[in-house]
Amino acid sequence: VCIHRVRSCSSIRFIKSKYVCVFDKSALKFSHQQRLFRTSAVSCGQIVQFKLSDIGEGITEVTVKEWYVKEGDSVSQFDSICEVQSDKASVTITSRYDGIIRKLHYSIDDTAFVGKPLVDIEIDASKGVASEEDVVETPPMSHEEHTHQEIKGHKTLATPAVRRLAMENNIKLSEVVGTGKDNRILKEDILNYLAKQTGAILPPSPKAEIVPPLQKTEAVPAAPKDKARKMPVPVSRPIAFSGKDRTEPVTGFQKAMVKTMSAALKIPHFGYSDEVDLTQLVQLREELKPLAEMRGVKLSFMPFFIKAASLGLLQYPILNASLDENCQNVTYKASHNIGVAMDTEQGLIVPNVKNVQVCSVFDIAVELNRLQSLGSAGQLGTSDLTGGTFTLSNIGTIGGTYAKPVILPPEVAIGALGKIQVLPRFNGKGEVFKAQIMHVSWSADHRIIDGATMARFSNLWKSYLENPASMLLDLK
Amino acid sequence: MVLLSLKNCLWLSCVLRTPKACFWSTASGGLIIQSVSNDVYQNLAVEDWIHDHMDLEKQHVLFLWRNSPAVVIGRHQNPWQECNLRLLRQKNIKLARRRSGGGTVYHDLGNINLTFFTTRKKYERMENLKLIVKALKALRPQLDVHVTDRYDILLDRQYKISGTAAKLGRTSAYHHCTLLCNADKFVLSSVLKSPYKGLKSNATPSVPASVKNLFEEDPSLTSEILLDAIAKEYAVQHQMDHHITLINPADETLFPGISNKTKELQTWEWVYGKTPKFSISTCLNMAYKDSVLDVKVNMDVKHGRIEVCNIDLPEQWLPPGLYSELVKGLTGSKFCPNETTTLVTTLLRVCPQDDELHSRWNLLCDNMIRLM
Repeated sequence: VCIHRVRSCSSIRFIKSKYVCVFDKSALKFSHQQRLFRTSAVSCGQIVQFKLSDIGEGITEVTVKEWYVKEGDSVSQFDSICEVQSDKASVTITSRYDGIIRKLHYSIDDTAFVGKPLVDIEIDASKGVASEEDVVETPPMSHEEHTHQEIKGHKTLATPAVRRLAMENNIKLSEVVGTGKDNRILKEDILNYLAKQTGAILPPSPKAEIVPPLQKTEAVPAAPKDKARKMPVPVSRPIAFSGKDRTEPVTGFQKAMVKTMSAALKIPHFGYSDEVDLTQLVQLREELKPLAEMRGVKLSFMPFFIKAASLGLLQYPILNASLDENCQNVTYKASHNIGVAMDTEQGLIVPNVKNVQVCSVFDIAVELNRLQSLGSAGQLGTSDLTGGTFTLSNIGTIGGTYAKPVILPPEVAIGALGKIQVLPRFNGKGEVFKAQIMHVSWSADHRIIDGATMARFSNLWKSYLENPASMLLDLK
Repeated sequence: MVLLSLKNCLWLSCVLRTPKACFWSTASGGLIIQSVSNDVYQNLAVEDWIHDHMDLEKQHVLFLWRNSPAVVIGRHQNPWQECNLRLLRQKNIKLARRRSGGGTVYHDLGNINLTFFTTRKKYERMENLKLIVKALKALRPQLDVHVTDRYDILLDRQYKISGTAAKLGRTSAYHHCTLLCNADKFVLSSVLKSPYKGLKSNATPSVPASVKNLFEEDPSLTSEILLDAIAKEYAVQHQMDHHITLINPADETLFPGISNKTKELQTWEWVYGKTPKFSISTCLNMAYKDSVLDVKVNMDVKHGRIEVCNIDLPEQWLPPGLYSELVKGLTGSKFCPNETTTLVTTLLRVCPQDDELHSRWNLLCDNMIRLM
């Protein structure tokens, strides 16, 4: 029954194209609906064996290196099917037909022969077989349109999906600028054309609209320039959104994050925040920056934050400790290996500066420079990334004020530093002055750290930074 | 010879960028262009762009380009098999995968690249190479250079000075080749030697050859002189003006969409992910305390990611739970030292804090990372 339906539908279509003047618009719609119905029915087209065509230079055999399609995939004419190689030449084989791949005749690394079948494609019965040369593919429009395009001598290349989109929106493909391969019209081109039609964007200069097929690249430079000048204005477009969800496995960096954060979840966190007046530190850094530069080192605020943290940890060593799995023992770590959260292309990594307790601010700056350049090159070693005992995250370089950082096991505390803002504050005399304020948000493991300890550590750290000269008293 | 300076060229293309007389549709049947960039990805993107967008029926194109130090592997090759990736990372030498077939080459500013763009029907590598030989002989008649049937150009019958590769699409094709003028042979030989053992794959292998620079044969030859001679010969053979137009591969108005092509060529998925499936079967010799452990490792890598991983450790050397976490973590991960380092250092966070355990773990992981 289904097959019979298909045949009767296609015959109706043929009749329509001959006698289009007799039928009115409603007949057109009818056939359009019929056509949609037909495509949703079981496809029963003919299977064509697509043979490997001549490569040139007298080559008779090639090696199949990569398949771009698999059995069951639908392809359009000119889509890439596979990549073959012969004697230092890599050849992309493209499809001559629209249809569904039914059989791949070779596996990867097999030898394929010129003139022998490469794939079997099931094509739509009504469409017919494409000839050896490029075909003028006409969209399913009225007979008049078809003639119009033949007269123009146009090649309008577009996939069936794009053609349907154009037809649903009453767009003539001949008037759309194609920006795809071989001037093929892509979905984006239809959307852009529609946007222009609804008046959302100022009409571009006439030369950008029609593209004479032979001078492929001529008008293309003009069109993007026009697009670049206009401000995109959001407008409701009468078209369907065809975005698709994409699922990927969690691997590599993300897997590492999942592991760490799942373990961190077991730690009962508490938070403590405060603001720090960095006015004096900002001034100090300005003075010291050129000195550091002379020694070839970039000096940021981090070395100061890190050193102050280490000085604080000397007074409150429990913050530099580790709790064992069963919460039976607390290990007070001797080294202050302070981790610095780094944002790289792949994600979050936390290299640490070893033994800050015996480093000067300058030593820390040197080490930070080294870690930062290795980090951005993706060349940090395992020793740089292990052994951390305490972490600082300078999220303020990207933005934000308050944060709720997550402790990185096996550590017990972490601090997140917000951005430095210029804010009005009162001084001792009750006068308003310009202050450089930064917020810090600490998180600690409430199983062994209590609020008071965290608060006192924070106050000490804050006092070192608000009055940098006081660091001199306690520097080791 | 007319070599337009960059400023002139930009002005010229601005003036010419009206629909009537456009930069791309010049009157004559050919176009000689030279890239102002030494970035291998940008230059490869120009090749892609011309291949995909230019109508080569009306004109053919000769593209001249040079790159700052880079190793370029063929479309279907395995970078681990072809070069010393560790050395590349250390020396900051870029790695690129081109779209044409063939073997691995080292580029630096002492090497010139020539790409001949034609329609698919007019694809003819021998002709192009003979053109180059003719140009070289016209420049220095005493040079003993000839084309082999492997599409190499040999100097003095034994030294390779040029290698060839090609890409064929539906309607257009290109043939490109190198020419050694004054490249750093020492770096070349050290980066093109792979230290990775136990690799088994069906990727296209490179055929090593002794190389020599033309500069060594005749110190008066420079890249500029050679480029010019070849452009001149091309102009003569195609009956066109001998004038080289400079182009900027970063110019989106001249090459719309080229920045996407440049970006794609730099992605990990293209450079490493397109490696044909391969396997590694090797033995790690780990010096631990007073003994040396022989640890057999077997891995299958597909699309640049570890599909299967087996490490033959002595029993209880690592707690079994930790070992399975390692294998589980590596499976599906990129075969990449950076990704593996992050993974293994993170796994260390969630295992018991035992110095002995940590040092064994670090030893094993450092050895594993050396395989990548």
